[in-house]
Amino acid sequence: MEFLVASSIGLLTTCGTYLLLRGRTFPVVIGLALLSYAVNVFLFAMGRLTINMPPILREGVTEYTDPLPQALVLTAIVISFGMTALIVVLSIRAYLEIGNDHVDGQPVGEPSEAGDKN
Amino acid sequence: MSLTLIVLLPFIGAVLPAIMIRAGRNACATATGSVTLLALILLMAKAPAVISGEVFQVSYSWLPELGLNVTFFLDGLGLLFATLILGIGLLIIIYARFYLSKDDPMGRFYAFLLLFQGAMVGIVLSDNILLLLVFWELTSLSSFLLIGYWKHLPEGRQGARMALAVTGAGGLAMIAGMLILGDIVGSYDLTVILQNADLIQASPMYVPALVLILLGCFTKSAQFPFHFWLPHAMAAPTPVSAYLHSATMVKAGIFLMARMWPVLSGTPEWFYIVATAGLVTMVLGAWIAIFKHDLKGLLAYSTVSHLGLITMLLGFGTPIAAVAGVFHIINHATFKAALFMTAGIIDHETGTRDIRRLGGLLNLMPIAGTIGIISAASMAGIIPLNGFLSKEMMLEEAWHTMWLDQGWVVPLLATVGAIFSVAYSFRFIFHVWLGKPRDENLPHHPHDPPFGMWGPPALLTVLVVLIGLFPAVIAGPLVAATSSAVIGGELPEYHLALWHGLTPALGMSVIAIVVGALLLMRHGALISATANLSRPDAKAMFDCAIAKLVALSRVVSDNLHNGSLQRYLSVMIVASVAIGVSGFYAEPDHTAGTRELLDVSPAAAIGWVLLVVTSIAAVVMHHNRLLSLLLVGVIGLIVSLGFIYLSAPDLALTQISVEVVTVILMLLALNILPKETPKESLPGRKLRDGVVSIAAGLGIGGAIWAIMTRDLPNSISAYHLANSKIEGGGTNVVNVILVDFRGFDTFGEIIVLGIAALSIFALIETVTQGEAAKRLASWVVSNRRSADRHPMMMVVATRVMLPLSLMVGVYIFLRGHNEPGGGFIAGLVVSVALVMQYMASGFGWTQNRMKVNYHGMIGLGVIAAAITGASAWVAGLPFLTSGFVHVHLPIVGEFELASAMGFDLGVFLTVVGAVMLALAKLSQVERMAEHVDVNLDPMDHDPSVRIATPEKEA
Repeated sequence: MEFLVASSIGLLTTCGTYLLLRGRTFPVVIGLALLSYAVNVFLFAMGRLTINMPPILREGVTEYTDPLPQALVLTAIVISFGMTALIVVLSIRAYLEIGNDHVDGQPVGEPSEAGDKN
Repeated sequence: MSLTLIVLLPFIGAVLPAIMIRAGRNACATATGSVTLLALILLMAKAPAVISGEVFQVSYSWLPELGLNVTFFLDGLGLLFATLILGIGLLIIIYARFYLSKDDPMGRFYAFLLLFQGAMVGIVLSDNILLLLVFWELTSLSSFLLIGYWKHLPEGRQGARMALAVTGAGGLAMIAGMLILGDIVGSYDLTVILQNADLIQASPMYVPALVLILLGCFTKSAQFPFHFWLPHAMAAPTPVSAYLHSATMVKAGIFLMARMWPVLSGTPEWFYIVATAGLVTMVLGAWIAIFKHDLKGLLAYSTVSHLGLITMLLGFGTPIAAVAGVFHIINHATFKAALFMTAGIIDHETGTRDIRRLGGLLNLMPIAGTIGIISAASMAGIIPLNGFLSKEMMLEEAWHTMWLDQGWVVPLLATVGAIFSVAYSFRFIFHVWLGKPRDENLPHHPHDPPFGMWGPPALLTVLVVLIGLFPAVIAGPLVAATSSAVIGGELPEYHLALWHGLTPALGMSVIAIVVGALLLMRHGALISATANLSRPDAKAMFDCAIAKLVALSRVVSDNLHNGSLQRYLSVMIVASVAIGVSGFYAEPDHTAGTRELLDVSPAAAIGWVLLVVTSIAAVVMHHNRLLSLLLVGVIGLIVSLGFIYLSAPDLALTQISVEVVTVILMLLALNILPKETPKESLPGRKLRDGVVSIAAGLGIGGAIWAIMTRDLPNSISAYHLANSKIEGGGTNVVNVILVDFRGFDTFGEIIVLGIAALSIFALIETVTQGEAAKRLASWVVSNRRSADRHPMMMVVATRVMLPLSLMVGVYIFLRGHNEPGGGFIAGLVVSVALVMQYMASGFGWTQNRMKVNYHGMIGLGVIAAAITGASAWVAGLPFLTSGFVHVHLPIVGEFELASAMGFDLGVFLTVVGAVMLALAKLSQVERMAEHVDVNLDPMDHDPSVRIATPEKEA
C-alpha cells in the first residue's frame, strides 16, 4: 500500500510539474491542481498510513491514526481552492487585458524579450 | 522601571506632536518639549547616584533563545550621553519652534525628532548589543527622515539618501562585528562583554570584529574616509543639523568606541586604525573647513574635524587620553550646538549663509553676535573657554604619543590641525561678526531674533564659559563618572584646570593661535592659491559608485528576473531538486526503512491503476482543456476515495466537496479562456521539462517512501488524541484540532481565504476599465449554446434539493465536533447547494432571491471567529481557549455545545462567503462577455405560462 501511495504522489508531482512548465495559463492551473493533490497527500502520509482507524474517539478503541496531519491537510485543501480560484481569475484577467493566455503576459506580437520560446 | 520609561517616552511621545499640531504650533512644541523634559527629569533624578558610582540596570526577556533581551543600564557614560541628547534636544525643540516657518509641517518635524531622540537614548542606555543594534538602525532611519525633512529640496533628498546609504552600510558591518563579539564572549550583554577584555583580544576573530565594528562607528561619526556624507546632510533644517551633528547622531559612533573602549582598545590594531583615522580626519576636516563659504558647511567640516579629534584621543588607548576625549565630547557638544543655532539665526535673519556676503553683524545683532563669538572662540581653543581646556589636554597627549616609533608625527599633525581649527574659527568670528558688512543688499534686514531662538544657544554659551572658568566644579564630577565608565577601572591622575604651567601643549596652543590668525589674514591669497588644485569631489564619486552598483544589480536581476514564468519555475524546481539530491547524498546512511507495510487490497490496486492512467492522460491530452479538466475531477475523486480508505473521513468529505466547486470554477473559466492549448512546445523543451518533472517526482515519491517505511518518532499527536475529549469536548480529533488546539492557525487560514476571495472581487470589479473592457465589449461568443439554458427538469430538481442539501450542511456542521464534519465541510456543502441554484435557475433569478452580501459574510465569519477566541479573555484564559457544556434536546439527543462551535461558525461563514463571492464574480465576467441580459425568470420555457401567452397575443 505504501508503495502505491508513494508512487501516486511521485506521479502526481511529475505530471503537475510538467504542466506547470507549460506556456499557457490553463495547463498551469491544472498542473497546480495536480501538484496540490500531491502535496496534500504527501502531508497526509507524513502521519503514516492506517486502515479503519479514523481519529474519531470511540469507547474501547485505543488505536487511532494520526489526526494532526489530517487537520493540517484539511485547511490546506480549502486554501488550495482559494489559491486555484485566485489564479484562475488572474489568468482570465490577463487574457482579457492582453488578448492571449501566455503565462509571460506579453501582448500579442511582442515575444518575451529573453526569447524564452515555449 | 523609570530607566525603561526614559527610553520609551520619546517613542510614545512621538505621536503627540502629530496630534497636537491641530491645537496650534505652540501646543505642538509644548507637548514635544514636555515629553523630553519629563524624560530629562527622570534621568536627572538618577544622576546623583550615577555620579557617585552607582549603576542602574533593568531587564526584560524578549527573545532569550537568541540572546536578545530588553536590558538597559545607566552608568556614567550613558548618563553623559543621555543628558546631552535630552538636554540639547530640549533646547533644540524650543529653538525649532521659532525657526520653522509657517509653511513647514511642524507636527511631522517634532514627531521625527522624538523618534530620533528615542533611538539615540536607546543606543546609549542599551545593555544588550543586539538591542543596541536595533536602536542604531533606528537612528539611521529617523535621521534620514529628519535630514530629508524639506523634501521639496533635491539637496535635502540627496543628502538624506547619502547619509542613509553610508550609515546604513556601516550599520550592517557593525551587526556582523557585534555578532562576532557576542559569539566570542558567549553573551550579548554589554556588561558581560565588558568584563571579558582578555578573552576578546586573544581571540583570532578579534581583528575582524574590531574592523567591522569600527566601520559602523566611522561611518556614523563621519571619520575619514567616510566623512563626506556629513556636509551633504547640512541640507537639513538648522535645528536638525544642530541636534544631529553636535550632540547626537555623529556622536553615536564616538559613544560606541567609548563604550567598547575597555575591551577593544589597547592593542596596536586599535591604535593604528582608530588614532590614525582620527588624526587624518581632524586635519583634513579642519583644512576643508577653512575654504567653506557656507556657514553650515564650515561648521559641518569643523564637526568632522572635532570628531576626528575625539576619535584620535580614544584611539591613543591610554586612560588619560580617554579622559580628555570624554571632556571634549562635553565641550564640543556645548559650543557646536550653540554655533549651529547661531548659524541658523544668521540664516533666518539675513536670508543667506554665505560668509562672503556677511560681516559686521555684531552691531546689528549684539546678542546673537556675543553668543557666536564666544562659542567660536571656544572652538578655536582660546583661553579661558572650555574648548581651550580639552584641546590643551589633547595636545598634551599628542606630545607623548609615538607613531611607528616616530615621536614627531602626531604632535606635528595635531598642531597643524589646531592651526586650521583656529583659522576657520577666527574666520567665523571676523568675517561674520566683525568688520564691515560686505553686502549691503542682504535679503532681510538683520536684527536679534526672539528670545526663543537666542535663549537656547545663550544657555549653552554660559556653560561654555562656566566650564572654562571652573572646570573641576562644573564638569568635574560628570567627567570623572563618565571616564571611569569608559576606562572601566581606576581613573588616572588628571586635573581639569586652565593653567598647567609652561607645558609643550601650551607652546603648541600658542603656535596654533598665532599661525592660525596669520593664515586667516592671508585668507584671500590662500583661496586663490588653492583654487586650481583639483580636489576629489566625494559626492561625484559616491554617485558614480552608486550608479555602478545599480547597473550591476540591474544586470543580475534582469538576467534572473526576465519576466518569463517558465524560466522562474524551472529554476526553482531544478534548485529544489538539486538541494534535495545534495541532502540525500550528504546523509551516509541509506538503508531501507523497516516499518511494517500495509497489504494492497484489490480496491486499492484498482484505484491506483485509475489514478496512474488519468494522471498520464491529463498530461498527454492537456491540449484539450475540457478533457484535462474532467480528468482532474476524476483524480480528485480517487484522492477522496483514498482518504476514506486510509482512515481520513474528514479529508475525504472536504476533498470531494472542494472538487465540485473547483470543477465548476474551472468550467466557468474555460467559457472565457481558449478551449484548446496550442501545440507550440518544441521537442527539446518537452524533453527538458520531462526530465525535470520526472526528477522532481522521483524526489518527492522517494522522500515520502522513505518516510512511510519508517516509524514516526516522538509525535505530539498522542497529546491531541488524549486531550481531545477532556479539554476540547469533542471526539472528532481532527475537528477539535482545527477549532481548538490549533485554532489560531485556522483563524489565519480563514483570513487568507477571505483575502483571496476579496482579491478576486477586486480583479473582476476593475475589469470594466481599459483593454479588458474593450475586449469584453467586442466579445464574440464562439461556441454553440444550448437553446434551453435553464432546463425545467434541472430547475425543479435543484429547487427540491435545496432544503435537503442545506439540511445536510447544518447536520454536518452540528455533528462536526464529534463525527466527521465541521465548519469547513459544511461551508463547502452549503456553497455547492447554492451554486446549484445559480446554475439551474440562472444568476439573475437567484441573485434576486439571495439577499446575502458575500463580502459581509466573509467579514462576519472572521469576526465571529475572533470574538469566540477573544471571549476566552473574559474568563482570563488565553486567546481561543474553549469551554463546553453538554446539552440534551429531545429528538436530536445529547450533544455538546462548545464555544468552539462559535469559532466553527466563523469558519463556515467565511468559507461560504469566499466560495460564493469567487464564483459569483467569475460568472459576472461571463455575463459581460455574452451580452445576454440576466434572466429574471427561472426557466427559459416555463410550462405554467405557456397557456396564458397565446391568449394575450390573441
